[in-house]
Amino acid sequence: MKYIAAIIQPDRLDYVLDLLEKKDIHLVTVSSVMGRGRQKGNAAVYRGHQEVGSLLRKVKIEIIVNNEFVKPAIEAITEGARTGQIGDGKILVTSIEQCIRIRTGETGPAAIG
Amino acid sequence: MGGYAIPENIYHDLARRLPIYRKLIAVCERRRMELLMGTIKMNVMTRRMLWLTLLIGLICFAADWARAAEMVDTSAQIDSGNTAWVLASSGLVLLMTPGLAFFYGGLVRKKNILSVLMQCFMAMCLVTLVWVSIGYTLAFGSDAKGLIGGLDYLFLKGIGTEPLPGHSIPHLLFMAFQMKFAIITPALIIGAFAERMKFSTFCVFTVLWSLVVYSPLAHWIWGGGFMYKWGALDFAGGTVVHINAGMAALAAALILGKRIGSLSPPHNLPLAILGAGMLWFGWFGFNAGSSLAADGISVSAFVATHVATAAAGLTWAVCDWLRHKRATTLGVITGAVAGLVAITPACGFVSPMSAMFIGFGSSMICFAMVTFVKAKFGYDDTLDAFGVHGVGGIWGALATGLFASKAINPGVEHAWGPQFVIQLKATVITIVFSFIASYVLLKLLDWTLGLRVSEHEERVGLDITQHKEAAYTVLD
Repeated sequence: MKYIAAIIQPDRLDYVLDLLEKKDIHLVTVSSVMGRGRQKGNAAVYRGHQEVGSLLRKVKIEIIVNNEFVKPAIEAITEGARTGQIGDGKILVTSIEQCIRIRTGETGPAAIG
Repeated sequence: MGGYAIPENIYHDLARRLPIYRKLIAVCERRRMELLMGTIKMNVMTRRMLWLTLLIGLICFAADWARAAEMVDTSAQIDSGNTAWVLASSGLVLLMTPGLAFFYGGLVRKKNILSVLMQCFMAMCLVTLVWVSIGYTLAFGSDAKGLIGGLDYLFLKGIGTEPLPGHSIPHLLFMAFQMKFAIITPALIIGAFAERMKFSTFCVFTVLWSLVVYSPLAHWIWGGGFMYKWGALDFAGGTVVHINAGMAALAAALILGKRIGSLSPPHNLPLAILGAGMLWFGWFGFNAGSSLAADGISVSAFVATHVATAAAGLTWAVCDWLRHKRATTLGVITGAVAGLVAITPACGFVSPMSAMFIGFGSSMICFAMVTFVKAKFGYDDTLDAFGVHGVGGIWGALATGLFASKAINPGVEHAWGPQFVIQLKATVITIVFSFIASYVLLKLLDWTLGLRVSEHEERVGLDITQHKEAAYTVLD
């Protein structure tokens, strides 16, 4: 069982979700986040004062998959989120100890399904 | 309750050294006991509230009785068209205050929006009551040495549906129309002290400022005071409302000092744009209603107001474009407000083409003020109440002297040269009076009640600490 977290450009979310769906990966949680990397934030002007915003809008996708789905998930995210520009984001993969389905109490790989 | 607990150890340590602290302990302990016995305290409070209510009731009744005795039916000399327009205008002008609330509210941080909306709304409540009891008579009562109105209209005594002298609308309507101006003026100052003023002190400040600064100034220019006698022109309140509020705002920004924490960008620009739209709409009542009739001057004021605003909004956008390579929404609404401010004193006296120039000039000057001068001096006029209302108002008052034309309004007595000198004198006196009076009042309140919330309260935000509410929830 793996936990995959990906930080991507907000406008690539739809592509990534589509590709994940095609690869039969349904369990996805998405949140709107702020972050920064080497490219710095956007500059904005408010009443004549230039302000460099230190953070950019990003989208964070969290997926929990059984081991055989790790590779397809990474492929889907990479293909959907890549623009070739700086700021495309990162994918992080970690192992998880346990997963429990609240409705039935099932545990382990069966709970992910 | 129970907010009075004091860290025991620090306290008794001090007490051992200085006898005066023993007394303090005794007082605090007593206060704490009173609070613990909440029920007894509440009963005393309830009784006091009942007495207060009774007292207010008696005053209202007595004032009403005196008023009713003098009311006569003179509906014959009332013009229904004029009355209808000024009635509608009064409603429009009142709408400007909630408009201003949203204009300001959208520009502050998330944690402070309710405090700004609340201050504007509370100004509507407080100033209304002050105005009908004492404010109106100080501004428009019989003239005393050109400085202040007499007390003949105390609690609206003698003001009924009879026509206002020289006009064909009821005197009571004139009082109500003027009331809306008295409301929005202190509300404009909020822009300077937003995000850090104590709510309780704000309430006291609004009441006192309305009486000590607004009413006398309104008397000087509109109520038969000395500037009125000079022939100073202020059609709808450039001096009385905008320079006045702008100077008070500067005083407040200087006394309160800078906000703490990171100054994030405006948290909701669409709200600010909605507010600016409401201001533009309401301003037609403010300016075109100020002729107190539905006549040619009123139409001329309407058109001048609109043209100047459009010119000013466009000018600010172009300035932004040239300096920052993009036209910003905040820029265009700020420019529109600067244009509205500047055309206010002039609107009933100038042609549409002069209005266009006044709007253009206002945006140029205010843009420079907000972008360069404020940055250079570093005072924290949160929402540019001084930069837009003060500076735009000064430009408008002076421009009135330059562009006022007898062809538009026969009420213009002087040629442009002497008129400009009169405008200049009136403007300088307003600047000096308003700044000094507001500064002294704010200083006194700072010493007695405290103007600013604690650092902790400022960091947490005024919505939660001053009003125990939040504008936005995280979940649902």
